[in-house]
Order: sequence, then C-alpha cells, then structure tokens
Amino acid sequence: MSECKSTRQKVEAGLPRRLRKEFTFKLVGLLATTVGIVFLGVFFSTLIAKGSSAFKQTFLQLDIELSEDVLAPGGELDLAYADFDGLVRTALRAQLPEVSGRSDRRALYRIVSVGAAYQVRDLIVANPELLGTTQKMWVPASSNVDMLIKGNIDANLDEALRPISDKQIGWVRKLQEAGRLETRFNRALFTNGDSREPELAGIKGAVMGSLYMLLVTLVLSFPIGVAAAIYLEEFAPRNRWSDLIEVNINNLAAVPSIVFGLLGLAVFINWASLPRSAPVVGGLVLTLLTLPVIIIASRAAIKAVPPSIREAALGLGASQMQVVFHHVLPLAMPGMLTGAIIGMSRALGESAPLLMIGMVAFIVDVPARLTDPATALPVQIYLWADSPERAFAERTSAAIIVLLGFLLVMNLTAVILRKRMERRW
Amino acid sequence: MTEASTDNPVPPPPAAQDPAVEPTTSAAPLPEVPERLSELGRETVGNIRSDNPFMVAEDVNVYYGDNHAIQHVSLEIGKKEVIALIGPSGCGKSTFLRCLNRMNDTIETARVTGNITLDGKDIYRKEQDPVALRARVGMVFQKPNPFPKSIYDNVAYGPRIHGLAGDRAELDNIVHTSLDRAGLLKEVKDRMDEPGTSLSGGQQQRLCIARTIAVDPEVILMDEPCSALDPIATARIEDLMDELCEDYAIVIVTHSMQQAARVSKRVAYFHLGLLVEVDETDRIFTNPQHKLTEDYITGRIG
Repeated sequence: MSECKSTRQKVEAGLPRRLRKEFTFKLVGLLATTVGIVFLGVFFSTLIAKGSSAFKQTFLQLDIELSEDVLAPGGELDLAYADFDGLVRTALRAQLPEVSGRSDRRALYRIVSVGAAYQVRDLIVANPELLGTTQKMWVPASSNVDMLIKGNIDANLDEALRPISDKQIGWVRKLQEAGRLETRFNRALFTNGDSREPELAGIKGAVMGSLYMLLVTLVLSFPIGVAAAIYLEEFAPRNRWSDLIEVNINNLAAVPSIVFGLLGLAVFINWASLPRSAPVVGGLVLTLLTLPVIIIASRAAIKAVPPSIREAALGLGASQMQVVFHHVLPLAMPGMLTGAIIGMSRALGESAPLLMIGMVAFIVDVPARLTDPATALPVQIYLWADSPERAFAERTSAAIIVLLGFLLVMNLTAVILRKRMERRW
Repeated sequence: MTEASTDNPVPPPPAAQDPAVEPTTSAAPLPEVPERLSELGRETVGNIRSDNPFMVAEDVNVYYGDNHAIQHVSLEIGKKEVIALIGPSGCGKSTFLRCLNRMNDTIETARVTGNITLDGKDIYRKEQDPVALRARVGMVFQKPNPFPKSIYDNVAYGPRIHGLAGDRAELDNIVHTSLDRAGLLKEVKDRMDEPGTSLSGGQQQRLCIARTIAVDPEVILMDEPCSALDPIATARIEDLMDELCEDYAIVIVTHSMQQAARVSKRVAYFHLGLLVEVDETDRIFTNPQHKLTEDYITGRIG
C-alpha cells in the first residue's frame, strides 16, 4: 500500500514539470507557425502591392486619320512603306498644337508607345475599308508616362533624376484634363510575347513555352518514372546492383538543377543536335530533373500498399503482373499522381537548367511548336528583373503572381486528385 | 516472420520456464534446447501417413538465409481431410503451410528443399507454375484481407483472372454459389456493390473464404483464420470448415487447441522447426506419445 502511494506521489510530483514541458513545446510550435505565416503574408502582400499595377496600363486616345496619301500613295494599300508612325505623330501633334520645335516634338513623340503604330497597322490590315476615315483609337502610352500616372515616378523629383521631363509631364497633364488619357486593363500582358518596350511586353510567350515544356516533361517523366518505380519495387532482384541504383536515384534528386542543364546542353543540343532554346529540349532536361522525384514518390506509394493485399491476390493465383496492375497500382496511384504533380511544380519553377540550353534568349514571338525558340516563365521573370526600365519591375512581380497562380492550381489539383482517388482498406 | 534459430542454441522462453523437463540444466538454460532436440531424434512420432494421401511432403527443409526454419518435415495430407498444425509461435507451422502453395517463393531469402507432391506431382518441379499451383491450393490468411473493391468483385476476382466463367451469368453464378457456401450470401446479397472492407471482421473473413473457394481449389490452406475474430464469428468459420471439408482438403494453422480439437481429423504438432508428432486428433489430445506434445497440450509450453 505504501509503495502504491509513493508511486502516485511520484507521478503527481512530476506532473507539473511534464505539463510545463508540453506547454513550452506547444508555444514554440505556435511561434514557429506564426513566423512562417507572417513571412508568407509579407511576401504575398509586397508581391501583390508591386505587381497588381502591372495589370493596368495607361492609354492615350488619339484621332488617327488613316490618310490615303500616307497608306496608299499609289491607290493600293502599301504596308511595306506606309508611315504608320507618321500617322500617330500627326494625331498627337493635333492634340497638342502648341508644341513646336524639333526637340520638343521629339520629346512629345516619346509619350506614346511605339506599339501605337503597330496597332494602327493591325487595324488597317483587318479593316481595309477604313482607309480615308479618321478613327478614335486608344493607343498605349509610353512606359514612362504609365509610371508617372501610376505614381511610380515622382514628379517632384529634380528633372535630371527622372526619365520624363517637365514639358512631357505638362503635356500628359493636359491630355489627362482633356479626358484623353485613361488607365485600362493591360491585355498586352497576356496576349503579347516579350518586348524591349515594357508597355508592350507580355508573358504569353513564356507561358506557352512553360506549358510546352511541362507537356513534354509530363508525357515522358510520368510513365517512365512509374514504370521504373514498379520495376525496382516489384520485379528487380535485390542485390548490389539494385542498391546502387537506389542510392543513385536518391542522389540524383539532390543534384543541383544547373547540372542537368549542362547535361542537356552536352547531350541534347551538342550531341543529338536538337534546336537551341526549344521547349522540347527544355522538357527533356526537366524530365531528367523530375524523374528521380517521381520515382522516389512512386516507390514510396507502392511500398505503402499493405502486403496483405498482395498476399491475398497471390494466394488466389494472380501472377506478379496481375498483382501489380490489379491491386498495387490502383492503390498507389494517388501517391504517384501527387509525386508527379509535385515534380511538375518543381519543373515549372525551374530556371537554372534552362539558362544552359539557351532558353534565356530574348524571344518576341509566341512559340507555336515544340521546336520553336521559347523561354519559360521563371526565366522571363529573371530577364525582366534584369531589365533597367522602371516599368519592368511591376511586370516582374506580375509574372511572379501568374507563376504562383499556376503552382497553386497544380498543387490544388494534386490535393483534389488524392482525395478523390484515395481508397481505404 | 520471426523464426527461432534452431542451429544455434537460442533458448526459447517457454522451454526455459518448464522446470519439469530438465531439472539439472534449469540454472543454465542455453544447452537445454539442443539436448531436447537430440532427444527428439529428428523422428516424428505417431503416424504421418494418411489413408488417402493427396498432398505429400517428404523431408522438407526451409531456410531463411542461414536460419534453418523447418527441418526434415514429412507429412501426408489426405483428400477431404482437415488437418490442424499446432505448436508454439515460431515453430514453423506457418512456414510449412506456405510451402504448400509456394507462397515462400515471394520471400527472397527463403529456400525450400525436399519434396512436396500434389496428386503425385512435385509442386517444386521446374515446369510447375506457382500461379497454376495457387489456383489449386487456395489460402486464407490470418487477418481478413478483402480487396478494396466491391463484394462482388472480391469474389469474382479469382474466376476472372483464371478465366473460369464464360459469360456474366456464369460469373454471377460462381459468385453467388461461393458466397452461399461461405454462408455470407444472405447477409450481402442486397449490397454486392458495397466495398468488401465495409463488412465486419467475421464477414470479411468469410468473404475471403468465399473468394478462395470461388476458384474451386482442391486444398485450402488457412493460416490462423480466426485469430482476429470474436468467438461467435469463430464458431461460424468452424461450422463452415465442417461443410467445406466435404469437398476440400483443409490445412489449418491454429493457436487454439480447442479449435484444433473441434475441426480437425488429424493434428500435427510442430516444435522449433521439427514436426514432433502427428496423429488422429483424439489420440493427440487424449494420449500424446511425445513428451513435448504432452507439455504443449497441457499448457506447459506456449
């Protein structure tokens, strides 16, 4: 009885210490989570604060006279020699007739984007019947005007320290008062490829490049990865060779991604003579990169299938392959898909290996084929972040938002697929 | 599976607890085991022969790596006979059972020597496909392990992979007959599409039996089929075995001597990888020939 009592006393004596420890541990955990959430919050809020303005763009309204003299001097529409820039400039001068003198006029022309001339050309090509009429058109303002309107350039700064002069600011204010200046949704960001002019630069080329690469990566790495995992887990004999392969696969998952880029450069471009900067090469390189991830995840998923299910099938006389395809694979599929999508997300966010295979080039055209030169979203972000123009800063953030959006969608898909396909046993 | 090493003198705790066997060595339990084994003389007591032998094991040895898990076991299993394998944990009875349908093939380190014949043909011969063998020698496991599929698909799986049914109606017929014979049809006939895992433990085990008999095997191996079940479910499975033995030979591993006494015609007692005694159930439980058997059934071992 006395012994029993002393046990109880000992337990009770130790209880406060245990509870204190538990409390401290909970507190530390809570703190760690809070710190993580705060960092994430700061990251997202700065990103959105910086990037959201890129989804808007400043436009000028000009009355552009599609004069026959300029566009069709010989009676025929002559696109090769037509001076579209001249039409835009004339229209701009008409708005601000007081501007005179060579240098002032040149300064005036710089408030409108070079994209305005392309817009006029596209209009006349699409609607030749408009020849001779005067059209009210909203054309993009130059990026410096855009920055001024968005408040990213401080007008109170000394004139020499800002890229837009006092005179230009005066003209912009005048146009603004006349209601000829507006900020609208920036469609160019989603429909254009890259450009030297920030107001014309878009992510479509990069998004298409990334999608093509992911397509190649998915088509190659998922079947190869799953097949390799099944072979290694279910059929391969356990010996020194399979141990060696296992160690190597685990090591490959940890190899810096730029090394895969070098490998791709040496093998796919130099040896196999595949085109440079092409999504197909990027996809192949990213396949190498994601294969270890998919193999490891798939093997883990196969290992998690309870042995009792295998035994049950074997006991009924199923062959090894029937066991794998009828029972193991369906049960392991959610885990494999999750692994594949996580691998794909990693591939989507990868830029270093793409630098090695020439996908860092400045490419204006949106790729239409797997072998067209292209760039990828992360590389586009890197390129824009490197650009000196003020307006590329917000576009960099905008591109990051788009990339994160894609990643979010992919990870959500992984979660939903796993929840849907999960089966209990 | 943790098979006690019998090559090395590792003392099993049950033997060490038994002072009546070797009083002189009770202070030093290590040499006790080899002595007791030599006492066995590696000869099985009783009668290993069956009147109407169907599966015959001759001098079977199983090694897991260097571990000699079962040694020189010879046993005949009769047609339509229920034979129970009993013995303390790790004595090799499950290992022996898994030799009979070559489930040991799936363990890479396992090596089987000796001769096992089914209906006169060696099941370890080169041309014997283990898949075909397992269609003839079905197995029910310790833990109910239905597939995470519907009840119907669980039972239909075996006939499907072996192509036993020509059309859907025939398959339906096989599934219904098998469920009926397993005594499960009444309980599940309105919910054949529900997952097999939604059933209770006892029902799941009967589903596993139905799944096994759907392939129409000749021998059914049962590895402690009732150890995860309550007494009522156990009684149902035992009744089922009584009915099934009219058509199949049943080899059952059990830890329950009452169960062995209730269901089996013959009993084989294993000890540390050796087949100690085989005899008619009545004789084993009333008049065991070997001292180890007697110790075990009177509860002094295990």
